[in-house]
Amino acid sequence: MNRLALANADVQDFGALTARAVVAGVEAVCDPFGALYLPATRLLVISDLHLEKGAAFARRGMLLPPYDTLATLRILEAVIARHDPAIVVSLGDNFHDRVGSVHLPEIFRQRIEAMARGRDWIWINGNHDPDGTTGLPGQSADELHYAGLIFRHEPSLADGAGEIAGHLHPSATVRRRDKSVRRPCFATDGRRLLMPAFGVTTGGLDLRHRAMAGLFERETLVAHLLGRDRIYSVRFANLLA
Amino acid sequence: MNATDSATARPGPLPKPFTDWFAARGWAPRAHQLELLERARAGESLLLIAPTGAGKTLAGFLPSLTDLVARGRVPPGSAFTGIHTLYISPLKALAVDIERNLAKPIEEMRLPVTIETRTGDTPQSKRQRQRLNPPDILLTTPEQLALLIANGEAPRFFKDLKFVVFDELHSLVTSKRGHLLALGLARLRRLAPGLQTIGLSATVAEPMDLRRWLAGQVPGEDNHAGLVLGPSGAKPIITILKSEEHIPWSGHSARYAMPEVYQAIREHRTALLFVNTRSQAEMLFQELWRINEETLPIALHHGSLDVAQRRKVEAAMAENRLRAVVATSTLDLGIDWGDVDLVIHVGAPKGASRLAQRIGRANHRMDEPSRAILVPANRFEVMECQAALDANYLGAQDTPPMTAGALDVLAQHVLGMACAAAFDEDALFAEISSAASYAVLPRETFSRVVQFVATGGYALKTYERYAKIRKTKEGLWRVSNLQVAQQYRLNLGTIVEMPMLNLRLVKRNARGSLGRGGAALGKVEEYFLETMAPGDTFLFSGKVLRFEGIRENECLVSQAFSQDPKVPAYAGGKFPLSTYLAEQVRTMLADPDRWRALPGQVRDWLSIQSDVSMLPRRDELLIETFPRGSRHYMVIYAFEGRLAHQTLGMLLTRRLERAGLKPLGFVATDYSLAIWALDDLGAAFRARRPSLGGLFDEDMLGDDLEAWLDESWMLKRTFRNCAVIAGLIDQRHPGKEKTGRQVTVSADLIYDVLRSHEPDHILLEATRHDAATGLLDIERLGFMLARIKGHITHRTLDRISPLAIPVMLEIGRETVSGEAHDAVLAEAAEDLIAEALGELAAPETER
Repeated sequence: MNRLALANADVQDFGALTARAVVAGVEAVCDPFGALYLPATRLLVISDLHLEKGAAFARRGMLLPPYDTLATLRILEAVIARHDPAIVVSLGDNFHDRVGSVHLPEIFRQRIEAMARGRDWIWINGNHDPDGTTGLPGQSADELHYAGLIFRHEPSLADGAGEIAGHLHPSATVRRRDKSVRRPCFATDGRRLLMPAFGVTTGGLDLRHRAMAGLFERETLVAHLLGRDRIYSVRFANLLA
Repeated sequence: MNATDSATARPGPLPKPFTDWFAARGWAPRAHQLELLERARAGESLLLIAPTGAGKTLAGFLPSLTDLVARGRVPPGSAFTGIHTLYISPLKALAVDIERNLAKPIEEMRLPVTIETRTGDTPQSKRQRQRLNPPDILLTTPEQLALLIANGEAPRFFKDLKFVVFDELHSLVTSKRGHLLALGLARLRRLAPGLQTIGLSATVAEPMDLRRWLAGQVPGEDNHAGLVLGPSGAKPIITILKSEEHIPWSGHSARYAMPEVYQAIREHRTALLFVNTRSQAEMLFQELWRINEETLPIALHHGSLDVAQRRKVEAAMAENRLRAVVATSTLDLGIDWGDVDLVIHVGAPKGASRLAQRIGRANHRMDEPSRAILVPANRFEVMECQAALDANYLGAQDTPPMTAGALDVLAQHVLGMACAAAFDEDALFAEISSAASYAVLPRETFSRVVQFVATGGYALKTYERYAKIRKTKEGLWRVSNLQVAQQYRLNLGTIVEMPMLNLRLVKRNARGSLGRGGAALGKVEEYFLETMAPGDTFLFSGKVLRFEGIRENECLVSQAFSQDPKVPAYAGGKFPLSTYLAEQVRTMLADPDRWRALPGQVRDWLSIQSDVSMLPRRDELLIETFPRGSRHYMVIYAFEGRLAHQTLGMLLTRRLERAGLKPLGFVATDYSLAIWALDDLGAAFRARRPSLGGLFDEDMLGDDLEAWLDESWMLKRTFRNCAVIAGLIDQRHPGKEKTGRQVTVSADLIYDVLRSHEPDHILLEATRHDAATGLLDIERLGFMLARIKGHITHRTLDRISPLAIPVMLEIGRETVSGEAHDAVLAEAAEDLIAEALGELAAPETER
């Protein structure tokens, strides 16, 4: 729960904790919470919130702790307070199942409403929640083309130029001597960018996994890893030195 | 069924068919068999303690058999008769074995008795039939009992129950399985209030624990079963292998002794070779075949091998087609293994009782002495073997103590009882309190467990509508729907599968890419594979394998052409040194008179140690500091077992870090712990910055422990077990088979969320409790810190001491413990910057 601690901390020089990335010529900031900010358009991207994952399991008889939504929303509040974006794009799998937003407890709904006040909010549909959200501010869409970029949940197998996507929950393993550390990461080769999963109970998929094959030019691929309190950028070739 | 022709017969309680049967074979029942029968007839519940081969099982069944003879066969068409005797064994193979062994005398005596097994392998149709028409004697396992009592028909099925026989009780009761069984027994007592229990056990340290376990507890009374002691049996002949070769300083392979071990195998009919870990089993097997010039049939048996392969070895063993089997604890329990005439124990036995039980595997005839050879793998183990050997002759016992009933198991049972019928909370509390393991459970804790079962028991109450059990208008708890009961049945049990990956052997084709298919070799823990990089080699199933990668839930490996695996090996199932043996080794170390029994090279080693440094007294903690290379070392001779040492190492490095001494790493063995640092540790301790007393203060089990637990993977693994047993996470889900891999990932994240939002949650309480005695061995560390208070002796040396050699040699061989964090990321990230600035040559040439 490092992000939660960071969300509560009083950080002076937040810029030092972030990393700069350029996707299809567009400047972006990868922050240690796992959010992407585009300063030129004041647009904030988050992906794979998987809200109400605990409740989704509870519906099927596994009473997982109900705190995942609360924890994810707290971090999101900190991110929004930090960047004060004009537009928020949530890149799909916003809820862990189709009925997640329908059964969302009122206390959580109010927090989302408070966050969305005074901004545009776009819920991109994901494979977990293809029907869009119910009873929440903002609008739902399958994808968004804006400011020279394409925002969608699943990365397309074609070209991928200017694509910002989620879905795969990328993570990377860094290995030095006999120690290795695996962390969620932003992954970009300068053409396409994959977002780390934002939800607190989401797992990760290694960049070397087959599902990632063909998405990136490995020569220029960089992983921006979510460290305990800052982003660490490591070239793909240097991950397992 | 064993019996002897010794004339111990006396006019007794045995009815005619039995006396005739014994007489026809020239046998006579033994004194303890008759004593047990007589006392059981008088209505007592009993614990029989006897060595292997003393006719324990027959003794356990005599009260049932004679009672059934007196009752006679139930005439067809009479009212439903439930089972008469329930027999519970820890292994289904054992239940099947007993059925075979018992069927014979029943048939020969033409007793009016039906006997059947019910295990996980019993087909559905037979289970159905058993429910309608139960046998007189049902042989089963703890998990099957839990299933039977969670059924609505349980009251009818068990209403006539007279006897419950527990085999190998000593091995059942110390685990969570024992807790589940204790709760099952409490339920049986309610269904059949007059039932008597009979426990069969090998020798244990605290028989009274077992006797209480067998009896129903009532507040204010001390109820326990009666005790029947069998004969003590012939003393085993145990020797320590006296090798001409140089005994290594460290390591576990005992490679030096292979020619002598091979010679011993040649000189016996069948030898069982026991080792402590799977990796040792692999290594030993490979070494033996390297020198197996006569190609003697030598086989390998451990829990990670493919089941089919294990069954093949077992069958060959039973038919006496093998000359030797290399095995781990999977062969520990009492199945008859053919004609074993020698047990070879490679590596130290780690516990005196474990050694005694393993030796019991040789020669099932109790009046002939068993033969065993101990093969220590290094010099410390020579002392440990000698201590174990002394203990065996003294009859010392160090079986683990019984632990308080676990809360996760209780949660599982509560759900099971709701599946059987709606229950009243007070009545169920009274029932579970009658089990010795749960006799002191506070009422309030029980309520929290019930709440947990119902809605997860969270302070944030958002799951009322998803509750698994609900209170009816009458105030009874009942299951919400049929799916809950189905889920319960699928998740039942306390043995949680570790996330395992299948090992598949693949070939590289001409273009260097990996083929598909290939033979399945067995399973390995995912945790082991996480430490490996493609190209690393390791030993498994007697082969040196090259790790290629992971594809879905399979681990792909190819045949390696080297003989020397790089990664030490797959170390599943390691026992720590028992407290009792540790104490014995400390005593031996402090008493030169006892060194006489040790080989010359070991004696010399100890003498030089006392010249250049010192040997600690029994209650003293010796710490040596010395420089080596550019580093400063500290070696702590705590003798508390590897797990406790690892925990100590984690906590001490945190403290040294805080003191600014720059610790770099540590490595732990069963006997000692070595920590190395950039700063001069010895000088710092002399200047009392920090003082050793302060460094080793018991308060390290406070905040430091808490802070470390936050990150510890060991606690996460413990949490996962608790969560599965308690029913929070499914082991399997109807129609949706989860792989162990997926369950682990989410359990870790759930742990993090729960810990930061509700640290007092009952499941975290259960986890901490488990960790204290399990993987972290905090309990033992606590005892040690209390013991050494004011007894720490520090020696500053200018070089490594003889006693330090074993642990120092482990550095580099063992992976260095310590938790890797952002420092690793920072290092990698700096590479990138340096490279970008053109300061770093190409990484390939740098390495």
